Amino acid sequence: MGLDELLHPFDRLLSAVVTPAVVRAVDAGDSPQGLWSELVASGYLDLLVPESAGGAGVSLADAYPLLALLGRYVVPLPVGETMIARALLAEACLPAPGGPLLLLAPRQTDSGWWQAGVPMGSLARHALVDDGERLRLVELDSVSLESAGLHASQSANVRWNTIPTASAELARPASGLGAAAALLRAVSISGAAGRILDFSLDYARERVQFGKPIGRQQAIQQQLALLAEQVLMARFAASMGCRAGIDQGVLAIAVAKQVTSAAVPAIAAIAHAVHGALGITAEFDLQLYTRRLHEWRVANGSETYWARMVGEARLASDVATSTDFVRRRITVPVGSLPPGEMEVP
Amino acid sequence: MFDSLVLADLPPEAEALRGTVKALVQETLATLTLEQRARSWAGFDATFSRAMAAAGLIGLTLPREYGGQGRGPFARFVVVEELLTVGAPVAAHWIADRQSAPLLLRYGSETQRRYYLPRICRGEIYFCIGMSEPGAGSDLASVRTRAVATESGWRLSGQKVWTTYAHRDDFMIALVRTSEQSSDRREGLSQFIVDLRAPGVNVRPIEDLAGDRHFSEVYFDDVVLPAEALVGAEGQGWEQCIAELAFERSGPERIYSSSVLLDAWIAHLRGVGRRDEATRALVGQLASQLAVLREMSIGCTALLERGMSPVVEASIVKDLGTAFEQSIPALIADDLGAHPGEPVAPELVRTLHYLSQLSPAFSLRGGTREILRGIIARGMGLR
Ligand SMILES: Cc1cc2nc3c(=O)[nH]c(=O)nc-3n(C[C@H](O)[C@H](O)[C@H](O)COP(=O)(O)OP(=O)(O)OC[C@H]3O[C@@H](n4cnc5c(N)ncnc54)[C@H](O)[C@@H]3O)c2cc1C
Repeated sequence: MGLDELLHPFDRLLSAVVTPAVVRAVDAGDSPQGLWSELVASGYLDLLVPESAGGAGVSLADAYPLLALLGRYVVPLPVGETMIARALLAEACLPAPGGPLLLLAPRQTDSGWWQAGVPMGSLARHALVDDGERLRLVELDSVSLESAGLHASQSANVRWNTIPTASAELARPASGLGAAAALLRAVSISGAAGRILDFSLDYARERVQFGKPIGRQQAIQQQLALLAEQVLMARFAASMGCRAGIDQGVLAIAVAKQVTSAAVPAIAAIAHAVHGALGITAEFDLQLYTRRLHEWRVANGSETYWARMVGEARLASDVATSTDFVRRRITVPVGSLPPGEMEVP
Repeated sequence: MFDSLVLADLPPEAEALRGTVKALVQETLATLTLEQRARSWAGFDATFSRAMAAAGLIGLTLPREYGGQGRGPFARFVVVEELLTVGAPVAAHWIADRQSAPLLLRYGSETQRRYYLPRICRGEIYFCIGMSEPGAGSDLASVRTRAVATESGWRLSGQKVWTTYAHRDDFMIALVRTSEQSSDRREGLSQFIVDLRAPGVNVRPIEDLAGDRHFSEVYFDDVVLPAEALVGAEGQGWEQCIAELAFERSGPERIYSSSVLLDAWIAHLRGVGRRDEATRALVGQLASQLAVLREMSIGCTALLERGMSPVVEASIVKDLGTAFEQSIPALIADDLGAHPGEPVAPELVRTLHYLSQLSPAFSLRGGTREILRGIIARGMGLR
């Protein structure tokens, strides 16, 4: 099936079932079961599952536009996580449990394993847990999951006092699940940012002050140009991360999350400035997006967290120019470099 | 919004040029100091330009019948990227290669193409851009330099300014007024090829704040132009000029102006063994931005490759790219100043200060930041 044949129906489905009212209800703690059933019935949860295992067999690289829609509609369930988890399970010939799945890479300390601020964590029943060597399929319960307590958010803190028991174990992708989750955040930020730009442009055309639409004011035009620049940059960064995928090491994903997280403050600030007081009301939809943007910026590592990793690789590299470093380690899909140009990560 | 601007891969034929360029620049770079390399596309070296031409690296996108290589924008991207990253002295042929030749190919007469294009490709003649005037900066349509029709051609009077390397180039493509009939100032403009050695042309270099002389003021005092100096059609100068600016703005020039400094600073950090968290974060932030901006520039190149003129997209990349280039000296100055105990090579310090001082130019040349943002806003339907 061609990508367009997958993309447009998914877009239509999400616009029909993930209405702002549904998002608000789930944010407020209502059961997401109805929405989840629609998503299960659609078959899209197996987007990344190999065709041989009954999925659509789409690669992460090609899936970017579909995954970005999850951000564009602020789908309030860990759908991207579930898609990746189902693909990993299917590749290991393991059955996937029903219900939403998380991708976790908890800190391991003497007093237990924990991870704070997992987006949509309260809504999941199972998780793939990355212990640094293998992935474990773990059932989540009310003991391990605790709401992070953010307003209108299902973000959760996960904690196990002893090593969680796994119902299955499987191989770990090269990037690890911390990076896989970060990639999904980056993609969601880019998708939501695109919607925020659309909202802001519409509003700038409609809102009249001083006898003309505010979008006719040069100050607003310049701000919206900046917003568009950041949105496009986030889109490129996130699609670069998808192009590299989760099997090739972590640097392209680090770049994706670095750049998308770094774009968040400006994107949210400009959008809110353009919308005036209306934008900070509960009733107006902008907050459904900007609240998440701020949460996602921090979740799975902020811009500085990932920048350190890229910086470490650059400082460790003997390559003379940053252009060559970027080309060989981040931009060019691994495997497509001519022999001799390859630098071992 | 801007849905056609997406990730694209450089094709292997284009990538194959990288090695050629790397080999070619090596010898020249060895003769240059770090500060000279930081001049990058302001470094004028005709010997280097002729070596580039001999290697078939000028006029890459021009048809073979005019002496070009008949290749596409991707090939040019790779060559430009390699040159700018290391600060090769490309100024002599830069403007002709980037915009004058494509402009003449599109709008010039067959005689003009046959005369100028092969000479440009051989690295023999150099061009400059005659747009800005004392009274016409961002508001380019207010140019006052005039060409008046005569029996045998035109007579040119007026003044251009900020003309990069007019004092060392051979020809200028000048935007001038040929008619004042219309109330729309964008009408009645035309483009001419002006021989900078013709009688009545007076060129005076202007010294910049760093002590360099890269741009000039150019006076025209009743300069006699032959009829065939007109480029394209009389009165079509504005549209042609916009097309020329699109050639200028959609290349990858707007990311790499501080590359030499960035890499010298990273070499310094490696040398002194500084790898603390804050340093890693700063290096990683810049490398991440470079990775993405480069990819956006390749995305723009892909649109050129498809025959489109990505004016708005290129403005987005240029605005982001120049902000990135300008942030590099600002961040490195703070970083080095925060580590006064570290021995820093004097050359690195001088390069840093040079770029700190010159970097405002990055978002002026080729159209200011505010003008670009206006173009982006128009592209989004706000104007
Ligand atoms: C290094 C360098 C090389 C150059 N080389 C050449 C060359 O080879 N050939 C050539 O023709 N020109 C050249 N230029 C000139 C360059 O194109 C102009 O500097 C540029 O177009 C701006 O014009 P200006 O300097 O007169 O500034 P102005 O137009 O006077 O602008 C001053 C400030 O006002 C702002 N401004 C102006 N109009 C508006 C508006 N409508 N809305 C909001 N803000 C506005 C500008 O953005 C800027 O911040 C060069 C410039 C530099 C710095």
